[in-house]
Amino acid sequence: MFGDIPGLASPFAELRRLEQELDEMFGSTVWSGGIRSLPPGTFPAVNVGTTPDKVAVYLFAPGIDPKTLEITLQQNLLSISGRREVPVEQNATYYRKERFSGEFRRVISLPEDVEPDRVDAKYTDGVVQITVQRRAAAQPRQIEIH
Amino acid sequence: MATQQDITPRAGNGDSTQERRDRSSRASEAALRPPVDICETDQGITLCADMPGVSRDRLSLQVTGNMLMLEGTAQLELADQMQALHADVRSTTYRRTFALSNELETDKIDAHLKDGVLTVRIPKRAELRPRHIEVQAS
Repeated sequence: MFGDIPGLASPFAELRRLEQELDEMFGSTVWSGGIRSLPPGTFPAVNVGTTPDKVAVYLFAPGIDPKTLEITLQQNLLSISGRREVPVEQNATYYRKERFSGEFRRVISLPEDVEPDRVDAKYTDGVVQITVQRRAAAQPRQIEIH
Repeated sequence: MATQQDITPRAGNGDSTQERRDRSSRASEAALRPPVDICETDQGITLCADMPGVSRDRLSLQVTGNMLMLEGTAQLELADQMQALHADVRSTTYRRTFALSNELETDKIDAHLKDGVLTVRIPKRAELRPRHIEVQAS
């Protein structure tokens, strides 16, 4: 209804949508469009980086109690679930409530060569860092020429 | 070539994927806008902002005139030669500005950072706090 009023629809919204679509199409990451992928903006945001010997997963989850996090790794499927409580101030008028509150769950496919029993997790400044070691066989070997 | 400050792990070689990644990371090098909750009581205004990865020494709060600017740089522990497999977050800087109003005491702002959540309390001037007027029953 209001979309018909000239000057009201933001031209930037269309640009943003286009950018998102392009990202999903060309895969600025190999993951976009994955069957378990979640729409952009889902809490918590996740970055994944790899080196030849390990995979590091960064979860941007500020203000959570790390003890309530449940992290499981089944073969190469990493599941993280937890809850974020955002305390509500009594007798206050809220103008903005943009921060996520409630339960969350993310499932991430890691490379196939991770070792599920060699996982390490820590929480610093609101970021959960999960490091999983990869199997030695997958690491590139230097072949010497005699 | 991942550096300490770089939130987005990137590959070091210049293949086409890398170029694409560079282009997209350049385009989004702009600061992230942290999500906030803002509420008001009789005492003042409380603002909470999510800034994961920011430590106290990488956070800055500035009041210029009646503008309050939050700025922070996230730092992740990245290994050498780390390649990005996926990145929801593609910038290391958070920035957001708010206009304050006159009844707020900007020199008495109290800020607190814990686990990536910034809480800012801005008190109202005592003389400008709302007074509750009791209606006397006759």
